[in-house]
Amino acid sequence: MDNILKIDNLTIKGYWDGNTTVLLEDIDLQLNRGEVLGIIGESGAGKSTLGLAAMGYTRDGCDITEGSVMFDGKELVDATKKELTQLRGSNIAYVAQSAAASFNPAHRLVQQFAETPVRHGHMTFKQAKQKAEKLYKRLNLPFPDSIGYRYPHQVSGGQLQRAMIAMALGCDPDIVVFDEPTTALDVTTQIEVLAAIRDAIKINNTAALYITHDLAVVSQVADRVMVLRHGRLVEDGETREMLENPKEQYTKDLLNVRRQKCDNTKSHKEVVLEIQGVDAGYYPGQNIVEDIDFKIFRGQNVAVVGESGSGKTTLARVITGLLPPNKGKVLFDSKSVSPDVRQRSLNTLRRLQMIYQMPDVALNPRQKIRRIIGRPLEFYSGLSGKAKKKKVHKLLDMIELPSHYYDRYPSELSGGQKQRICIARALAAEPDLIICDEITSALDQLVAEEILKLLQKLQTELGMSYLFITHDLATVKAIADEVIVMYKGNIVEQGNKKDMFDSPDHDYTELLLSSVPEMDPDWLDNLLLKREKVS
Amino acid sequence: MSIKGMVLKRLAAGIVTVFLVSILIFLSIEALPGDPATAILGQQATPENLAALRKELKLDLPPHTRYLSWLGNFVQGDLGTSLSNKRPVNEVIGWRFSNTLFLAFSAALVAVPLAIIFGMIAALFRERWPDRILSMGSLAAISFPEFFVGYILIYIFSIKLGLLPSVATIQASMPFWTKINIIILPCFTLLLVVMAHMMRMTRAAIIGVLTSPYIEMAKLKGVSEWPIIIKHAIPNVLSPIINVVVMDLAWLIVGVVVVEVVFVYPGLGQLLVDSVAKRDLPVVQASGLIFAATYILLNLTADILAIITNPKLRHISE
Repeated sequence: MDNILKIDNLTIKGYWDGNTTVLLEDIDLQLNRGEVLGIIGESGAGKSTLGLAAMGYTRDGCDITEGSVMFDGKELVDATKKELTQLRGSNIAYVAQSAAASFNPAHRLVQQFAETPVRHGHMTFKQAKQKAEKLYKRLNLPFPDSIGYRYPHQVSGGQLQRAMIAMALGCDPDIVVFDEPTTALDVTTQIEVLAAIRDAIKINNTAALYITHDLAVVSQVADRVMVLRHGRLVEDGETREMLENPKEQYTKDLLNVRRQKCDNTKSHKEVVLEIQGVDAGYYPGQNIVEDIDFKIFRGQNVAVVGESGSGKTTLARVITGLLPPNKGKVLFDSKSVSPDVRQRSLNTLRRLQMIYQMPDVALNPRQKIRRIIGRPLEFYSGLSGKAKKKKVHKLLDMIELPSHYYDRYPSELSGGQKQRICIARALAAEPDLIICDEITSALDQLVAEEILKLLQKLQTELGMSYLFITHDLATVKAIADEVIVMYKGNIVEQGNKKDMFDSPDHDYTELLLSSVPEMDPDWLDNLLLKREKVS
Repeated sequence: MSIKGMVLKRLAAGIVTVFLVSILIFLSIEALPGDPATAILGQQATPENLAALRKELKLDLPPHTRYLSWLGNFVQGDLGTSLSNKRPVNEVIGWRFSNTLFLAFSAALVAVPLAIIFGMIAALFRERWPDRILSMGSLAAISFPEFFVGYILIYIFSIKLGLLPSVATIQASMPFWTKINIIILPCFTLLLVVMAHMMRMTRAAIIGVLTSPYIEMAKLKGVSEWPIIIKHAIPNVLSPIINVVVMDLAWLIVGVVVVEVVFVYPGLGQLLVDSVAKRDLPVVQASGLIFAATYILLNLTADILAIITNPKLRHISE
């Protein structure tokens, strides 16, 4: 077979503050023309480092210490800057995770498209422009002949991601490196982009490295899959083969995340929180959310789902009192509470706690764990001295962290452990309702899974309710009793999870639910076929 | 909000600020001990002379009456008469202010492009020797007080080498190139101070964006180093650079009195200092207002330029 890319024994080390970390160790990789290789792993597995190394690039502070990267018979590890510059963009192109951050905000899309072909002398600007229009059309961008004249901030996230794919394909490269190209997108947009990527590489017989943390996504596009962990290869093989019988335990765990489902049908009587006819927005007369009505019962899990911009976070701000609504009421325990957090009683504040998306930002880096968890104990329950210490240890035990973490700083903890600390801090107030705002989206799948399990365990012990705000439907499937679907600021459907997943009433709910990738290599084909028939 | 609306709003705020500044200046002069009559008459001050002069200068009226009548005249374009030499203030200040602008813009014309180019070089070769040299040089230039730099330059270029005049007393009748020759030294002194400032800011702003994903993307698109700085970094750091340039321009106009004194340059700053000593209220008032208005106008320019150079603000509703 014709190897376009061949990596042997690649080892990359990173240097920070005098420490050396091995980012990649002894990686071998072959990529044939027209083949798509999926690289999957959790954050820190070295996926991006590997993808960039395929372009002969390492980030500042990283170095290739051993091994070789051969592109079409040329060694890239000791190539000169000039040789690499000529190669990049023309022969190997890159598609980054966040198109919004990776497009230069100061230039129009087509200017950025034309940069490589014109600079490298493949085309004139006019030819590049025509090529761009052709690619924009093929990738189903609206107004392909004029969209190039927009600035990055004037097009939506999904469109921008497609514009970046078009930019990568501008010089008909031999290889495209896709670095988590759909991770930042909503599920419904993800489908379009995935389909676009697949078509685009098929037509030109382009080879691709497809980097992602999501096995379900990779199984739609990749011919082969490599699983990385801590910079080492766990296993590799044909996509179907690996999905059907994974050899390593780690791969099995990754596969099980998506397949795990749990059914918790409980009976609920006592209403904890009720929202009545709420309209809210950031300017008077301009509502971001409208006509919001729902109830949360004691011990119940309610999930609010929707795409970014659908008003989920605004709703959370109304409930917590950070954003007084323009209309409507918030009732706690069937009693109306003040819409403004500053006027709520200590007891009301205590009973409603929140866990945030980014544990890194939500914890004060200059405070030790004992102070972070101890503070709400002092504030709400007036505990101090030995009683407080005992309670902190008890909370650490509940969130399954060893008691010597008592004296540590947040920076000494991993992402999942930090999120556990945030949970303990919320629990310290002994709340009736915890709002969880995208709490698993910054975590890797296996870690997220454990956090959700912990929340369920705590619920059985303590009986509080959770309100999950999320765009991740896998989380909803795993933990929610009741689902509220939001679209453009309104609730389009709400009800029991099982009923909704089995037979969604609203078109948008159906679109949303059917867009969640499944671990089946034929899923995308079947879905697109089905949607085509309907329309 | 539209650009026009924003400009009008800032302009209105600017006018209010100028008005408040005029009150502040008036009050500060009132608070000074002694009065212009004593200062003018000096040795010949007899109680009768003083009283007569006070009456003539309308100093016997209560302060708010004097302020209001000054304001009334000012609005009509009459800045009053200098108390110390009886000439119209417009005339006294006009010549001085045009000198100040001449010096400031000559310095800026050289300093701004040089500072930005040096800043780009320092950013491109960051942590390597060109950057180290530029950084050390600019730090030294910032650290020395400008009068010290001025005297050193005079020592080297006027006294030792005899190339340039040490005194920069320009006159209206001089031909243009003579004026340029005369102001080279004060210009150079100012240059050293503002250039260092602007260069460091440019360097920091560029290095700040070099870590952003779109710069990495440009590298991965096969764009080489200089185009990355010029095409990808600069357009995104224009706003901080414009801000520092404009602030330095303002300093060149309103803050150079020390350099004017060192080189005996007939600028507005020196006039202001002299007039305060003489309690020449109309001149002080007018100079103060000119300085305040310059500052406000330049800041407004910086804001508008920042909007024009930012596509996100320029194309809000497309």
